Amino acid sequence: MALQPLDLRRKARGADSAFKALSVAAGLLVLVILGLIAITMTSKSMPALREMGADFFTSKRWSVPDKVYGAFSFIFGTVMTATIAIVLAIPVAVGIALFTTQIAPAWVRKPMVYTVDLLAVVPSVVFGLWGISFLAPKMVGVYRWIHDTFGGIPLVGRVFGPAASGRNFMTAGIILAIMIVPIVSSLAREVIDTTPPGEREGALALGATRWEMITGAVIPHSKGGIVGAIMLGLGRAMGETIAVTLTIGSSLGVVGANVFASGNSMPAIIASDWGEADSLQKSALILLAVVLFTLTLLVNFAAVAIVSRSTRRSLGAS
Amino acid sequence: MSAVDVLRPASTVDLTAKGGWRTLKNRIATALLLASFVVVTIPLILVIGTVVIKGMKVMGTSFLTGEIAATEQRAKGGIGPAISGTLVITGFATLLAVPLGLLGAIFLHEYGNNGPLAKAVRFMATVMTGVPSVVMGLFIYVVWTLRFKQAGVGGSLALACLMLPIIIRTTEEMLKLVPRELRDASLALGTSKSRTILTVVLPAALPGIVSGVLLAVARAAGETAPLLFTIGAARKVNWSVFSGANTALPSQIFANANSAFDNAQNRGWGAALTLVAIAFVFTIIARVVSARFSLKR
Repeated sequence: MALQPLDLRRKARGADSAFKALSVAAGLLVLVILGLIAITMTSKSMPALREMGADFFTSKRWSVPDKVYGAFSFIFGTVMTATIAIVLAIPVAVGIALFTTQIAPAWVRKPMVYTVDLLAVVPSVVFGLWGISFLAPKMVGVYRWIHDTFGGIPLVGRVFGPAASGRNFMTAGIILAIMIVPIVSSLAREVIDTTPPGEREGALALGATRWEMITGAVIPHSKGGIVGAIMLGLGRAMGETIAVTLTIGSSLGVVGANVFASGNSMPAIIASDWGEADSLQKSALILLAVVLFTLTLLVNFAAVAIVSRSTRRSLGAS
Repeated sequence: MSAVDVLRPASTVDLTAKGGWRTLKNRIATALLLASFVVVTIPLILVIGTVVIKGMKVMGTSFLTGEIAATEQRAKGGIGPAISGTLVITGFATLLAVPLGLLGAIFLHEYGNNGPLAKAVRFMATVMTGVPSVVMGLFIYVVWTLRFKQAGVGGSLALACLMLPIIIRTTEEMLKLVPRELRDASLALGTSKSRTILTVVLPAALPGIVSGVLLAVARAAGETAPLLFTIGAARKVNWSVFSGANTALPSQIFANANSAFDNAQNRGWGAALTLVAIAFVFTIIARVVSARFSLKR
């Protein structure tokens, strides 16, 4: 009697398909959570939106006793601090990425990368504590010196206005810059690493110096990815909460060019006002969170799309 | 004019020459790139130095185990409840996020491949890593804390939401490194797909996954904003995740950082030292695990 052959065409057994279903469900959970965030928070923010209408976005008057919630100054503060952070972080982060990938000898590369990554391990609230009790008091003098030196120049003088205290847009921006440098530089490093060795060696073989090789072969190749990395850093800077809450100065209604003015940002006002907020104010703060969620989502969408397009192209080329 | 003179170009470039503006520019650029690294080590040294020096002033067993001070200006008091709170809240978040994250990554790499659904999930998971922690905290407040009371579990849910996409993405990267041949060999022996994944693929990728999870835990333990809306405030040790308000190390640092009293500020630095030490230990273990045991590209 012949052995019965195993039927290889039979359908997956129960346990097998159950496991598959479980894993698909876990994947879908990501989409469900993001969808739920959008739906539930928007619905909770409706009372504030009905009460304030478009004034919520255009008015800078935020008065709890009068039940007036205009969030323009917070949106402005978020843009201001994130811009300062990005301007300060770009040269440093890209510089580190280029140095570790193109110039540093192989044996120092890993220790350097680990050192920069240590910055990402320090929790946000610790940066906040350090900013409020170490950096801010130390920087007031520097801010005043900059104001005294450049304050008289038209236009530039408005940016470097008087500093009432060390807790202001600039201090928050510096802290944010420190926090996003490791993120931006590690992403930039990944992109730069995809430069085909042939292009780098070709440039060197043609007699280019190392710097000419970087500007002629590496940068053109990884420009898109670096822009994406910077945008991911921008998204982080916009959403960072506790470090900014502690260092931005918590002033209401501040809109202006002065980087040394105390102000407030969207995440910061949510964190600082939540404890004592009544229901309408809570609704207004949730509406702010919806605005913040939408902005960071858009920035991240763009960043991820840019990064994935540029890495796909560069992998295809190599 | 001889033939040799005609062939000689009007001016020659001496490729062996040192100096010149091109070399100078290269030197300046190299120095600037090195400077960018030096610039970033300054805040790192300052932050860690300040935390260690100021934190050591209050550090000790009575500080690590004592109850939260009743009033800010009091000299004594510790962070015992904050340490227990951080342990249970982050621990429960890890318990929620790790299995879901692993399953999500298994879907992306083992089942979804490059289908439209897998692509969408992968894209959204990357986007989700960028959702601000304050938004995640408010989201859990809206869907959970409003219905149930403030307790550690709300914080755990928010932290789990923050960890989930990170774990999915790092685990997927690790699954990519497992050689195709291992899967094929297992399937050829007649093993079912789910069993192949659980007994062959996951163990092969385990060190890398553990390292990714530890890094995610270290980051989650330092999050403050999601806890503001969800866990309430407590001064006594509460080992329960599900009942009663709780506190955590980041919450204590935040509360004390805003205080005008020296005693409170010192307690803040002590809590900061404890939190940074925990985060560093997790990161170092993660690095060792991934350097020693994981699959190499």
